[in-house]
Amino acid sequence: MNIHGIRAIYRFEMARWFRTLTQSIVSPILSTSLYFVVFGAAIGARMGAVNNVSYGAFIIPGLVMLSLLSESISNASFGIYFPKFTGTIYEILSAPVSVIEVVAGYVGAAATKSVLLGLLILLTAKLFVDYHIAHPFWMLAFLVLTAVTFSLLGFIIGIWADGFEKLQIVPLMIITPLTFLGGSFYSIAMLPPIWQKIALINPVVYLISGFRWSFYDIADVDVAVSLGMIALFMLLCVGMIYWIFKTGYKIRT
Amino acid sequence: MNHLISIRGLNKTYDSGFQALKHLDFDIHRGEIFALLGPNGAGKTTLIGIICGIVNPSSGTVMVDGHDVVLDYRATRKKIGLVPQELSTDSFETVWATVNFSRGLFGKPRDHAFVEKILRDLSLWDKRQSKILTLSGGMKRRVMMAKALSHEPDILFLDEPTAGVDVELRRDMWQMVRELRDRGVTIILTTHYIEEAEEMADRIGIISNGELILVEEKAVLMSKLGKKQLTLQLQKSLTSVPAGLENFSLELIDDGSSLVYTFDAQTEQTGIGALLRTLAERGIDFKNLHSSESSLEDIFVDLVSTR
Repeated sequence: MNIHGIRAIYRFEMARWFRTLTQSIVSPILSTSLYFVVFGAAIGARMGAVNNVSYGAFIIPGLVMLSLLSESISNASFGIYFPKFTGTIYEILSAPVSVIEVVAGYVGAAATKSVLLGLLILLTAKLFVDYHIAHPFWMLAFLVLTAVTFSLLGFIIGIWADGFEKLQIVPLMIITPLTFLGGSFYSIAMLPPIWQKIALINPVVYLISGFRWSFYDIADVDVAVSLGMIALFMLLCVGMIYWIFKTGYKIRT
Repeated sequence: MNHLISIRGLNKTYDSGFQALKHLDFDIHRGEIFALLGPNGAGKTTLIGIICGIVNPSSGTVMVDGHDVVLDYRATRKKIGLVPQELSTDSFETVWATVNFSRGLFGKPRDHAFVEKILRDLSLWDKRQSKILTLSGGMKRRVMMAKALSHEPDILFLDEPTAGVDVELRRDMWQMVRELRDRGVTIILTTHYIEEAEEMADRIGIISNGELILVEEKAVLMSKLGKKQLTLQLQKSLTSVPAGLENFSLELIDDGSSLVYTFDAQTEQTGIGALLRTLAERGIDFKNLHSSESSLEDIFVDLVSTR
């Protein structure tokens, strides 16, 4: 195991994050705070409670997930795409590092950034809305598992993308709509029966449901199913990354 | 002979169907400077890419110090440093950070003293806190060299190392390459500057259209394929080579004012004495004479153009 190699990639990526603090931390916290102000403090005060949880508090897990998913994807995809764009990928490809080590470095750093951001957003939310966490361990577990899984997905997108436009397509055109429709701002139970069934096709429903359960003990789907879905998605991403490095898809001619 | 790199039956065909390498078989010796020459698109960079792990071979094997580059990539890549042709750098990183990154990536623990030495050797120490984007092209080339040397490799690949650099830096780099060779590092360089190969290489490999035309000691290559010529500036111009001189390889140039004799410098009897005596017997006087030998460039052009 090339521990020094993993550490080098991890440190390099974290250093890049700290160099762009405004873009990587301040901006997502600010935009999420606006949601808290508008939907939590302003509109939320006039909305009824959902399963005995005030609307402002109800949307917190969904909003954290919204940032977590988009930041995980964007951090990991940019992390591996940038060396491809600048040509410095030659160094990664010619180094004595395995697939697992490369992924551990890039995805580890991307997930760390996302988890830290998620925790900072939770702290910021305290300024606007009163909430509690029923299962702190599971809250953290969902946060970490989701960050790792979507960082893996981001890594795949970064390998696949051959331009900055493609880098943005999946987060903007797929992940954000799925998150909005995945129960960030409402419970699936509020939908008409047919849409409740259709919503279950959306993988983000399981993430938000599980994460919300760790806060308020309420869930749209069984928490074990949520965990199972994250594990399945993670395995799919790992399998795809293994195939990418095995075949050299888009990175090795 | 102590082979450090052994290439056997190496082929590379890209997805487009283009065959970049055709059954290459050769060895690179430990501690030598090996220059790989060839025109654009000959397959030099593909070959380096395969040895370094950037390009997948289609078939054949490459062994580095007894280890297969595909099956035992960790062992082989640890030994190799690569300075690629393109100036690919992390523009927003500092020189210090990027060189330390490379060292870690190749599995070496942090060693600030060693990195400092490399930066000083390459005259980069004063620029260590500068972002790479602020550096000149020559300085960036030095940074890439520092990155390649950061993990103390036994083998250094230099793909067009002096392309686009000024004469002073080129001389500096040549000096550094010689010092590395003296410390036991095996150097493989590709270059368009034939004078670079002529100046530095111990052995030369010439590749064209994916095929290896020859691999030879530089001195042997130049003596084997090089031609020596004696040029006589005549007192009076001639219209044709005079009768009785058919046994000599002669050619009239400059409107008959000079006579060129091409001979084999390796033989005991060059024929120069006999030629001069014969010319004197026939009353052909000359006012000046000089000899010359073909450069590596001449040999290279001859070899490649005949393919």
